[in-house]
Amino acid sequence: MNKTKNEVRIIIDEAICKRCGFCIEFCNARVFEADKDGLPLVKNLDDCTNCRLCELRCPDFAVQVEAVDNE
Amino acid sequence: MAVNLGYREYFKSDAMPLMWCSGCGNGIILRAITESLSDLQLPPHQVVVSTGIGCWGKADDYMKTHAFHGSHGRALAFGTGIKLGNPDLHVIALMGDGDALAIGGNHFIHAARRNMDVTAIISNNFNYGMTGGQYSPTTPLSSKTTTSPMGVAEPGFDVCALSEICGANYVARTTAYHVTQMKKFITAALQKKGFSVVEVINTCPTHFGKRNIPGDTASMMKHLKDTTVSKTRYDKLNDEEKHNYMVTGELVNRQRPDFLNVYKGYKPGDPEAAGGEGQK
Amino acid sequence: MSRPEGIQLMEGNHACAWGAIDAGARIFAGYPITPSSEIAEVCARELPAYGGIYIQMEDEIGSIAAVIGASLSGKKSFTATSGPGFSLMQENLGVGIYQEVPCVIVNIQRVGPATGLATKPAQADIMQARWGTHGDHSIIALAPATVEEMYYLTIRAFNLSERFRIPVILLGDQVIGQLYENIKLPDPESLEIVERKKPVVTPEEFYPYQPDENGVPPMAAYGDRHIVHASSTCHDLTGFSNFKAQTNRALLTRLKDKIYNYTDEITDVEHFGPDDAEVTLISFGASSRVCKYVVGEAEKEGIRVNLLRLISIWPFPDQVVQEALGKTGAVVVAEMNQGQLTGEVNRVNVTNTPVHLASGIDGELISPDIIMTGIREAVK
Repeated sequence: MNKTKNEVRIIIDEAICKRCGFCIEFCNARVFEADKDGLPLVKNLDDCTNCRLCELRCPDFAVQVEAVDNE
Repeated sequence: MAVNLGYREYFKSDAMPLMWCSGCGNGIILRAITESLSDLQLPPHQVVVSTGIGCWGKADDYMKTHAFHGSHGRALAFGTGIKLGNPDLHVIALMGDGDALAIGGNHFIHAARRNMDVTAIISNNFNYGMTGGQYSPTTPLSSKTTTSPMGVAEPGFDVCALSEICGANYVARTTAYHVTQMKKFITAALQKKGFSVVEVINTCPTHFGKRNIPGDTASMMKHLKDTTVSKTRYDKLNDEEKHNYMVTGELVNRQRPDFLNVYKGYKPGDPEAAGGEGQK
Repeated sequence: MSRPEGIQLMEGNHACAWGAIDAGARIFAGYPITPSSEIAEVCARELPAYGGIYIQMEDEIGSIAAVIGASLSGKKSFTATSGPGFSLMQENLGVGIYQEVPCVIVNIQRVGPATGLATKPAQADIMQARWGTHGDHSIIALAPATVEEMYYLTIRAFNLSERFRIPVILLGDQVIGQLYENIKLPDPESLEIVERKKPVVTPEEFYPYQPDENGVPPMAAYGDRHIVHASSTCHDLTGFSNFKAQTNRALLTRLKDKIYNYTDEITDVEHFGPDDAEVTLISFGASSRVCKYVVGEAEKEGIRVNLLRLISIWPFPDQVVQEALGKTGAVVVAEMNQGQLTGEVNRVNVTNTPVHLASGIDGELISPDIIMTGIREAVK
């Protein structure tokens, strides 16, 4: 099934995220912003292209990009 | 296929959080390995990871496949026995740069020469992270580490060149930044008969990075991207420019017969008879 | 070549290799070293016909590593070496003990330390066999004294290693390893061969380090659906790292108890000569052969001497040695080193029986004179 942009959900596991900033820094669509602790916050979900590079590049398995099933 | 094996069939998610420092790429390599195993749909009981000692040597604690965690530098020697004991297994040796190339250097060159059907995935962060950031056999000349405060006086190994000259069938270099490429190379290495090596240039924000690469953890990861080029691009650089870059890509892909193939080709009890592809 | 039939004049090292093959060993990983290399050569020639593999590793560190790996993949595996190679194996011997990997290490002892009187006989690795690897641990070591024992004790070494999930050391010496004697290999079908206990639970219920009633965990192999996590790091019954104090204590205690609680079963000795004696010789391996001759020589001088020959060295047979000490006037320990076994005899000497050392360190088989001198001193 072909997902459009906004049919994506990004889950950050705050407990296991070590605030390395990789997801924030290397997202081409600039989906994330850091809070004052460095925790990534999903700010621009509409721009997410579901490339999943943030998930694969998270050294702590703390990012999950999920396609949302609308049905 | 009855069941689709996702990466979590190989990754022990209940062991999180991972023990590595913030910004260390080991978790990225671990993810790529589990993704590759999933892509290949290898049953976890047909896979053995053999780890050494060091930061990357802790990776077995996060794997749901069969696992072996042994002594410093010997992952390939143990892995050789594991493969001989059951040639149907996929054996993956996970080693750091010191583990694979200093204390384990002898096993490394001979596993390559012998062309054992084992995949070595080397996390190269240019220093001994777990013991506090001492220089390793891959630390670049003049780099600062805790045991080279004025700069290291020894040049580092080129892991891939060494692998090639010793006889490995598949040799590739990538970085912790290049996640898609990393998974592609690991998948290819796992499918390759004979000795395969994937060197992953990695970050060590706590030690090597702190002393040699300016900026925060993300800058250190970006540094990997900025200081590596593909072989095609590298070959076009002049000598001075080459000094500043490392080559990434598939560097060797050949079909030498592996040890067991040659060995099993000989006829038992008949030392005079030549056999096996190695004789051709 | 094939399996020797009928009565054969055979070298001790060859008998060892055939013992291993008949015990079911199918992987040999080694590195050439005199005076053990004939074991490797027989394996290289014979194993392929049994579906086995000979591999010559880059050093002895790699050799024992490959042996341990192959055993975890379900194949009986072994290596053979001499003192210097045995030293290189020590770290990984500890890995094998800690991960509870059945395998056999043959050490055909020669003079050391270092290169020493290279390839000449000695029995000076008693303590290296016991304490060579670091940390608290148990070990089993057997000491053959004849070519026939090179065969049968190799089989016993495999059987004990499979039963107790521990590396077993066959502590030979150059004299026995390269000695030729008549032997008739038995019908392999007639041998009692022990295989490791496999798990009876389902893969989902399986923990790789869940001990049975003997303290020995049933063993799955790599490739089985029962997932094995073998670790050199402190581990709980899952095999995964666990750094709790009680986990460490429980593991070290079990690894000790699973052997020491069965010392009686492992212990193997030979009593030679009269029951009542003024002097008891305690010896093993090549030295014990000379002792048997000396028992007769002493009798000619009017001294009643008997011999307690230790066939198993580790775990040390405390009780048997204690009984011997209590029944005799004096003990002479005959060994080709400077008193490694003597120290153990003294450790268990609760009766304060006089203990003398007859030490042969001349790079040749201990001479009867050295032992006779010890006996004369003992009866002075």
